[in-house]
Amino acid sequence: MIRYLVRRLLLLIPLFIGITLITFAVIHLAPGEPVEMQIAMNPKVGAEARERLRKFYGLDKPLPVQYGEWLGRLARFDFGRSFSPDNRPVTAKIRERIPITLSLNVIALIIEFGLAIPVGILAAVRRDTWLDKGITVFVFIGFAVPTFWLALLLMYLFGIKLGWLPVSGLHSLGSEGYGSLRWFGDMIRHLILPISVAAFGSLAGLSRYMRSTMLDVLGQDYITTARAKGLPERTVIFRHALRNALLPVVTLLGLSVPGLIGGSVIFETIFAIPGMGQLFYGGVMSRDYPLVMGILVIGAGLTLVGNLLADIGYALADPRIRTGTSGGGSL
Amino acid sequence: MRRWLLTSVIISLFFLAACGERTHPRPVAKGADKPAYGDTLVVGSIGEPSTLIPILASDSASHDVAGLVYNGLVRYDKNLKLEGELAKSWDVSNDGLTITFHLRRGVKWHDGHDFTSRDVLYTYRVTIDPKTPTAYADAFKQVKMAEAPDPYTFRVTYANPFAPALESWAMAILPAHLLEGKDITKSDLSRHPVGTGPYIFKEWVAGQKITLTANPDYWEGRPYIGSYVYRIIPDNSTMFMELKSGGLDLMNLSPVQYQRETTTQQFTARFNKYRYPAFAYAYLGYNLRHPLFRDRRVRQALTSAINKDEIVHGVLLGMGQVAHGPYKPGTWAFNPHIADFEYNPERARRLLTEAGWRDKNSDGILVRNGKPFSFEILTNQGNDLRLRTALIIQQRLRAIGIDVRIRVIEWAAFLSQYVDKGNFQAVLLGWTIGQDPDIFDVWHSSKTAPKELNFIGYKNAEIDRLLEEGRSTFDMEKRRRCYWRIQDILAEDQPYTFLYVPDALPVVNARFHGIEPAPAGITYNLIKWYVPKEEQIYP
Repeated sequence: MIRYLVRRLLLLIPLFIGITLITFAVIHLAPGEPVEMQIAMNPKVGAEARERLRKFYGLDKPLPVQYGEWLGRLARFDFGRSFSPDNRPVTAKIRERIPITLSLNVIALIIEFGLAIPVGILAAVRRDTWLDKGITVFVFIGFAVPTFWLALLLMYLFGIKLGWLPVSGLHSLGSEGYGSLRWFGDMIRHLILPISVAAFGSLAGLSRYMRSTMLDVLGQDYITTARAKGLPERTVIFRHALRNALLPVVTLLGLSVPGLIGGSVIFETIFAIPGMGQLFYGGVMSRDYPLVMGILVIGAGLTLVGNLLADIGYALADPRIRTGTSGGGSL
Repeated sequence: MRRWLLTSVIISLFFLAACGERTHPRPVAKGADKPAYGDTLVVGSIGEPSTLIPILASDSASHDVAGLVYNGLVRYDKNLKLEGELAKSWDVSNDGLTITFHLRRGVKWHDGHDFTSRDVLYTYRVTIDPKTPTAYADAFKQVKMAEAPDPYTFRVTYANPFAPALESWAMAILPAHLLEGKDITKSDLSRHPVGTGPYIFKEWVAGQKITLTANPDYWEGRPYIGSYVYRIIPDNSTMFMELKSGGLDLMNLSPVQYQRETTTQQFTARFNKYRYPAFAYAYLGYNLRHPLFRDRRVRQALTSAINKDEIVHGVLLGMGQVAHGPYKPGTWAFNPHIADFEYNPERARRLLTEAGWRDKNSDGILVRNGKPFSFEILTNQGNDLRLRTALIIQQRLRAIGIDVRIRVIEWAAFLSQYVDKGNFQAVLLGWTIGQDPDIFDVWHSSKTAPKELNFIGYKNAEIDRLLEEGRSTFDMEKRRRCYWRIQDILAEDQPYTFLYVPDALPVVNARFHGIEPAPAGITYNLIKWYVPKEEQIYP
């Protein structure tokens, strides 16, 4: 087991270097330079100012040198400073965005799973009835409706017509003076619309998946056996079928973990939520190399860690992986 | 059962969205129009400021906020004339080489320190310091010598008379006592600025808002509005809904919003809309190095074939005016008697025939020496108005036998792959119009190198001479003559087809009083805006 672990860990190093190389290449291959994005078409800026800015950001050095310097800093967990005029450390910029994105995504994920699983089960159990068809139509509407359009419609209805919910943002003006309970309630009110829209849009995939695995299981012999024993339908479904049908869904849950720190640009832009999506999009558009590379590397790093944990989990469960032989031979 | 519930929810949603707006009753106090202190102005912005040290910032959002926190030595008044701000007055020496600023006494930084000429000298020095990554050093580089003979006098000497010099001192003055001897790029002031301006920085919630509070000791008098909140809302539709729901007090409308979505009685009762020409124009620029556009008659023909009125009405819904040159109508540099080529397809055909474009091929496209008249208009992604303008132009040029293709390209690629390399035929773009009429960088023949702004490669000896003359004298009458002549030459040469000057369309919640639209817009007298006590909604 130790040997397996060490080997896996050592393999991570070249993989990670590959990731940094691709990350660096991808953003530098994009046409345009950070300096250009800041000063292009500005009559007040001359050639000298341009050179001064390029030098300040180290863009005048050859690419391999730039890559080497960046990698060197990265090895010390220093992601560098942003190329935007504020010149703040990349980690500071990411740190102020992560909590918002992470908590939003976690809540949306819980709601999504909490809704999709029952809906999927219901559709499977009542297969081919009007209910099943109705659910299908409903979740596919959610899948097909453009997020921004639905979001605007809901904002109009609840924010302007009815005046029940705030239109956008995370906090009301003056919420700094609220007591903690009221402050929290205010934030919840702001989150209702964005989270509903996010959950509605992602219901389709998961509930259809749940429905099909459930149908698979319901067709198995042991379910027939259970029914033949005369067990009540509830017991058959929740005791026998559901447990097995849930396993693949749980795997899916594991896969969506790295996505938790990624935000959606459209969604954050519409609701004016300052999350990772907006940060990344803005970074790409202004060619803020350190910021973009930082976010990509962190994302890739988390995926690596996730995979490693999953592999260790499998290894614990399955000795064939652990020993590295396929026929079950001994070490 | 649940299905029906959902269906009915969806149906009612459509229904509600389709019917008229619910009225929000708002108490309107009649006759109570007395200036009062207090309340908050919430302004919406698409972009978030990058840094609140103005010399490091190149985005308009940063300058919007920093402009309320800092002062410059001079500023433009409501009629776009320079007036003293931190400088009470200034003298220009007879040879035009030396400017002496007499600074205002008793001005204090927000932290209580006195403002003196040391701050001005520091701002000048840090701007020209090669280590400072600023985009604004060029105007200050013209200075041969800067000195501060006493705490309330600041003197600069130029090598040559330089008219835009005065304007360059509108740059925000930075506090020397907080910055001297420190690395400005790592300074805390970029997130917590300390200035001399009407508003004091209070808080910046990243990605959400910036809050400023009124400076009670402001040298021009305490602003009436107690706080200023700059809310970042990246989507224009969302911003508009926030405005209607009461979460915003001021934003800029699009032409469609101005004309179609803000005309109900409920809206006009709650908001005041304003409209005045913006400091910008859109143009179709021809690559003059390209053989197609070398002949002036061809460019004149293209302008004659484009109906600019139609563009103003079709694209801007009338919220703008036709442009004939690079200046904003109504400003002193603008020449009202330009003989531009009006829409006249007949003349366009005649000019093209003269230039040798006679026959038409089977598609109806003009041909010369066996080659069809066909070119590509490039424009940048994300500007819907420009794309629609290009489509209208395409139709008009097709009507006289010219085949136009339109390509929309992402901004970064647009600049680096096409404009910088001179690898284009025509571009549809816009310029902002500076308050000083010096347009040397865009039109002088020395500015045609890659990455410089005369990227169409326009060269005209007379224009060169006039541009040099115009920037080297402080005599307004002389300058006016230079710039009027430049507009005549440009109208004759048509290196661009000047298309339109759009209108700025701000909307402000009606509870704000004291707004006086002027050539400079509406926000020049922000410190005089107020909300009568009865109408204030924020504590």
